[in-house]
Amino acid sequence: MGYTPEMMELIKRVEATRAARVERVKNGEYFTAMTLDERADVLNKFHPDYKDDGRVAVRVGPNKGDVYPEEFVACLESYPRIDPDKVDFSVLETFTTDVLVIGGGGGGTSAAIIAANEGNKVILATKLRHGDANTVMAEGGIQGADQEVDSPYYHYLDVIGGGHFTNSPELVAALTNDAPLVIKWLEDMGMMFDKNPDGRMRVRHGGGTCRKRMHSAGDMTGSEIMRVLRDEARSHTDSIELIEFAAAVEILKDSQGRVSGALMYNLETEEYFTIRAKAVVIATGGFGRLHVQGFATTNHYGATADGLVLGYRAGVPLAFMHSTQYHPTGAAYPEQNVGLLITEKVRGLGANLLNISGEQFVFEREPRDVESAAIIRECAERENGIQTPVGRLGVWLDSPMIEELEGPGTVERELPAKFVQFMRYGIDIREVPMLVYPTLHYQNGGLKINAKTETGVPGLFAAGEVTGGVHGENRLMGNSLLDVTVFGRRAGQSAAQYVSDFSGEIGEPGLAHAKEFMEEVKGLNVPEDRVAPLLLPDYTTEEVRSHQLTAHYEGTIR
Amino acid sequence: MSTQTIASGDTTILPEGAKFIPVYVMGKKYMLPETLTIQKAIEYAGFQYVRSCGCRGGICGACPTVWRVIGDYQLHFGLACQTVIEENMVLAQMPFFPANRADYKLEELEATAETLSLLYPEILKCVGCNTCTRACPMEIDVMGYINSAMRGDITRAARQSFDCIQCGMCSARCPAQIAHYHVAQLCRRLYGKYVAPGAEHLVSRVSEVEAGKYEGALEALTGMDEPKLKELYVAREAEPLDSEGWEPQDKANL
Ligand SMILES: Cc1cc2nc3c(=O)[nH]c(=O)nc-3n(C[C@H](O)[C@H](O)[C@H](O)COP(=O)(O)OP(=O)(O)OC[C@H]3O[C@@H](n4cnc5c(N)ncnc54)[C@H](O)[C@@H]3O)c2cc1C
Ligand code: SF4
Ligand code: SF4
Ligand code: FES
Repeated sequence: MGYTPEMMELIKRVEATRAARVERVKNGEYFTAMTLDERADVLNKFHPDYKDDGRVAVRVGPNKGDVYPEEFVACLESYPRIDPDKVDFSVLETFTTDVLVIGGGGGGTSAAIIAANEGNKVILATKLRHGDANTVMAEGGIQGADQEVDSPYYHYLDVIGGGHFTNSPELVAALTNDAPLVIKWLEDMGMMFDKNPDGRMRVRHGGGTCRKRMHSAGDMTGSEIMRVLRDEARSHTDSIELIEFAAAVEILKDSQGRVSGALMYNLETEEYFTIRAKAVVIATGGFGRLHVQGFATTNHYGATADGLVLGYRAGVPLAFMHSTQYHPTGAAYPEQNVGLLITEKVRGLGANLLNISGEQFVFEREPRDVESAAIIRECAERENGIQTPVGRLGVWLDSPMIEELEGPGTVERELPAKFVQFMRYGIDIREVPMLVYPTLHYQNGGLKINAKTETGVPGLFAAGEVTGGVHGENRLMGNSLLDVTVFGRRAGQSAAQYVSDFSGEIGEPGLAHAKEFMEEVKGLNVPEDRVAPLLLPDYTTEEVRSHQLTAHYEGTIR
Repeated sequence: MSTQTIASGDTTILPEGAKFIPVYVMGKKYMLPETLTIQKAIEYAGFQYVRSCGCRGGICGACPTVWRVIGDYQLHFGLACQTVIEENMVLAQMPFFPANRADYKLEELEATAETLSLLYPEILKCVGCNTCTRACPMEIDVMGYINSAMRGDITRAARQSFDCIQCGMCSARCPAQIAHYHVAQLCRRLYGKYVAPGAEHLVSRVSEVEAGKYEGALEALTGMDEPKLKELYVAREAEPLDSEGWEPQDKANL
């Protein structure tokens, strides 16, 4: 299919300016980088994290008064999916276990394996299939200081500097200290790391690293980690019970305020059921599918902030939820690639960002947040974006320049996955530019934990993208695959420790906290049909909805 | 603000004059806008996914889809999130296909041909029809890796199957009833654990960490104020891109 004739016509303008632009780069001349004042201005006006519109203060719960994206605040200021008073535990099917892990991505699966290795019965309950998660989508790599010229000390500095020195120090120390242990753990489970013939890990730099410590498995690092963890979990036939298409909708607490399990929802039969457990680990990942301010996202289908809602209602405070990572270059065309990540490497190799007239409007190596804001300004305020047949806007990322700057063959060699991904749709990125727009990529914040992954609620632990603090206000590439494995393991250990210290019976299943929260929400005048956790996004068109005369939606789910 | 509409999230806004084409979802005709992927077109038709939808980016294997085009006998295979609809496509999605994983613990195995043929004896029954390869949406030489596994060439099977997203399409088609992706997973894990040379520098670093070598340095960093941290951050020596033989001046914290 390729580009439409109209788009091909516009591409001629890009071609018309290319020779001069290539010449300039060869002479070491670049588009003027912004001054700090200009950066502040474009961020304030156009970056979704800075703009006032689209952000409101949350009016309930532990973080009352904090300002977050309104789509997320709407999730927090929501009614439970089911009125706590209407839940009769005596009629619900009940499972009982030592440790309940909610979420079958990298974090949850690591926790389940470790808790099982410590002799516990584990239930791993997950919303979609085991492994349908952000973890499988990570291409780039996982950090860990295991080379002689590197150490956890330098890794620590990189992480905290990258996070603008806002990170939680104890979490950064845990992350960087455990990193080599995690890499070894994965190697021992048979992960196919990229290695030299002598077995040495092949490592690269990532944005903001002072030593090379990015480990990879081709351009499928997250997928390889997930495959290995999932297969390992499957080999624990006697200790890990997997329940798929099972979404947690509420944490359960006993009268002493200890966790006692979770209220679950079977997405297929629409039945609720109970899992009673001594300890619970929340590992439900991110919130990209909230499409904050209409942004497309790199995240998987189930990234709907569920764990944040569950934890928040149970009394766990949030940290850093004011901060979101937008990746400046998400694909905007063709439709089947929309939102997908186009690595920074493309700009690193010299490709310019261009508007509808084929002109540069921003230096291509501004920091991620500034670059994103500049692209939004070009499309929204200046109306210089290129529109796709389905009505999206974007700007050109001039990949053919790479071939001229770095020599023919560079695109295929350096960007094999992207090359194939576009070629599939008849777009040869050696010859024509890509169309890009910022995309919602990573939830920097989340549930507040300590280095043992404790949340403050006895027996409740959290790990992975659902937590906040380790990356501060900005995450570096390669540190979240590390985050989920390091803290997933720690959550497994902490839960196991908690279980072994636990005496007596599992507390009774209780929803008093959810009831209390609901009463608070009642005072806010929010629409009564607004429920959370969302569980799935809804992409039903307005037209279809207007014909569904008897359909009933519970939040986003039919 | 702009007068142009910005399509938001994953909801599609159609351009003026968008062309609608007939697509048969499980045999039933829907008129759907061309240029959409099968996944988005089915949502456009009014379905809400619970199954058959995961990453929406071609890597999780949740959305394998089979189709024919009316008037053509050929069967096609692809991922719903990565394939654009065509006129008169008659499609069905395969959210799940049974394929059993052999019961084993990796640490109890040896990387030998016998291990493979003991755990998955059915691989020896491959008739060489290559149907699995033709069904694979990742363009993997599936028959190739099964043949490697038959011969006990674990390394080759591991490398050949590396891109497998475990969608199960191959196993749905195989006359020998092989559970290809489980065989491939076993080969990759055997390779990663027993065949590929271990990273020795990692072993020494792990023993250093376990001995608590970095605890002091990390504790000092966690207690440090921001100005001091900034100073250290700015002063860190950067390993060059081409770092063959490079060593930092300051080795105190290695
Ligand atoms: C495109 C992309 C590229 C990336 N690249 C990199 C990279 O190169 N390096 C890096 O370090 N990081 C990268 N990341 C980030 C990293 O992959 C994720 O942050 C990390 O894997 C999250 O792991 P997790 O286990 O916390 O969550 P996930 O892997 O998202 O798993 C969460 C699981 O919880 C389930 N779940 C959700 N809600 C519920 C509920 N209510 N009940 C039950 N289950 C539920 C979900 O279905 C899912 O299975 C990338 C992310 C994306 C999207
Ligand atoms: S080898 Fe089989 S399971 Fe793997 S991607 Fe190909 S068809 Fe899917
Ligand atoms: S489909 Fe089955 S029998 Fe045919 S080549 Fe593939 S593995 Fe062999
Ligand atoms: S939805 Fe994951 S491969 Fe299509």
